[in-house]
Amino acid sequence: MNPLDYLVLFATMLGIAAYGIWLTRGQRGLRAYLKGSGTTGWLTIGLSVMATQASAITFLSMPGQGYEDGLGFVQNYFGMPLALIIVAAVFLPMFRRCNVYTAYEFLGRRFDTKTRLLGAGLFLLQRGLGAGITIYAPAIVLSTVFGWPLGLTIVLSGMLVIIYTVTGGNEAVSQTQKYQMIVIFGGMAAAFVVLLTKLPAQLTFPDALHLAGTFKKLNAVDFSPDLHRRYTFWSGLIGGLCLSLSYFGTDQSQVQRYISGASLRECRLGLMFNAVCKIPMQFLILLLGVLLFVFYQFETPPVFFNQSSWSAAEKRDSEKTYVIEQEFAVASANKQQAINDWLDARRLHDPAAETNARAQVLDAHRQTEAARAEARAALRAADAHAQTNDGDYVFITFILAHLPHGVIGLLVAAFFAAALSSKAAELSALGSTTSVDFYRHLLKREASEEHYVKASKWFTAIWGVVALGFALFAHLQENLIQAVNIVGSVFYGVVLGLFLVAFFVKWVRGTAVFYAALLAQALVFSLYFTLSISYLWYNLIGCAACVLFSLLIQAAQVKIKDQGASAK
Amino acid sequence: MKSTPAAPGPPINSIDTEETGLPGLRTWRRVYLLVLGLFVLWVVLLVVLEKIFS
Repeated sequence: MNPLDYLVLFATMLGIAAYGIWLTRGQRGLRAYLKGSGTTGWLTIGLSVMATQASAITFLSMPGQGYEDGLGFVQNYFGMPLALIIVAAVFLPMFRRCNVYTAYEFLGRRFDTKTRLLGAGLFLLQRGLGAGITIYAPAIVLSTVFGWPLGLTIVLSGMLVIIYTVTGGNEAVSQTQKYQMIVIFGGMAAAFVVLLTKLPAQLTFPDALHLAGTFKKLNAVDFSPDLHRRYTFWSGLIGGLCLSLSYFGTDQSQVQRYISGASLRECRLGLMFNAVCKIPMQFLILLLGVLLFVFYQFETPPVFFNQSSWSAAEKRDSEKTYVIEQEFAVASANKQQAINDWLDARRLHDPAAETNARAQVLDAHRQTEAARAEARAALRAADAHAQTNDGDYVFITFILAHLPHGVIGLLVAAFFAAALSSKAAELSALGSTTSVDFYRHLLKREASEEHYVKASKWFTAIWGVVALGFALFAHLQENLIQAVNIVGSVFYGVVLGLFLVAFFVKWVRGTAVFYAALLAQALVFSLYFTLSISYLWYNLIGCAACVLFSLLIQAAQVKIKDQGASAK
Repeated sequence: MKSTPAAPGPPINSIDTEETGLPGLRTWRRVYLLVLGLFVLWVVLLVVLEKIFS
């Protein structure tokens, strides 16, 4: 990064944050602080919902996912359109009709306080535990690549998001997210265009796709019914539907984004904007990764993209790493030759030569992959705790090596914008849930608007500090990241079950659904520790168990009541 | 334990009949069908992409 990149980075980040604070100056009441001005249009809502879901990892790591595994991850989003339709048609009108600040307030209106607190508590638990990750995950990659101090990167980006979220509330979050998404789209589009121009002149776009297809990078849809495969059409559609329904319909960080619209129409259109655009967006990001793979077939990539880790291994055993690099260079050169032969055969319309060259390409690819496997083994030998997955570093390596200055700054700004935008929504939701569902409801029922606004600001700030602390702590406890992701997927299904019973099963009461949720949660925990199925399925299991147990407990309650009445 | 009673919002009927304001898509049902149709189209295009370039 040169001074121009730093100028673009800081001007973009600070400018957007300052604009958010300036726009919401003089904001007074609790409604304005937690729900915004009430004039938000569909595009702002749509971009805000998108920005909340898309963290920095979406843009930093997903091209690496496309590079490694191709387009298959796009199936993870197949349940989203249907989920957003259900949220727009059923959840949203109910939330707006009840005029609630949080989704859990609705549970209190429909059932009772204990069910409301259970829903809010589960949200605070999963979001609170994961609070540091949205800052930590990009900070670890960017500080590794640029040599920035990790702690300083976390604290500076964390403080910036805390300041504008606490100061401006929900409106500042929505408005800054809009401009952050523009920066993200601009940066990703620039990277895409530059990548296309960097592909060899003799390689047409269809040739590039054929080459990617040869390595099975374009296999996007897998209709296999195998439950153990992480991403299939069915796990994406059914498990993804439950996950998306739970996330968009019951997670306050999303609910707060769309209930604040000027009208139901604006809110619904904002959700439909995501239902239409999300799959193409994820497809394009993965395709960027696939084209990066094609690009690196003509230009020898590093044997391991995380150069910081590789340098550490070189220091331990320079002779071995040198041998691996040489093997990799030879195998890559052979592969490039084989690919050129294959392209020549394609141009000459010689099917026999094409088949032969294609086999040679795949054989050479196996050799490069063998060298990469040796590199990972060398990393493990040098450090047993070394990360051997370098997918997160593929895109940033390309950016630094091949993008012009200024655009590099824009891309790094895009990564930070993504981190800040999702973090801001999380902090705002954690603050509002703590304030509305716990503080105002349980501790201080009668107080002035100013008092509640001040309390909300304090809770948001406290959650921000907790997130910062967690991000700094995560540096020491790498496995926490995985644990937090699992916590989210294990809880979501049960919370969704609570809301589905609330919306669709009118005769079930609070006590039945409360104990059903506890039982369902216990079931999900026990299955998680005994089965090895894709985590997406736990959303379906938790949700179905919660609904089923609610029906059974309520039926049993009615029967016991009837028996008691007839005995009298 | 009981929570506080609901604050009255706009009546549900007026909410559900709100216009989409979109040309050619006057009801929300049509909007949802279009969104589902676009999803199916995406899946088909992804399958076709795989078949053509594999």
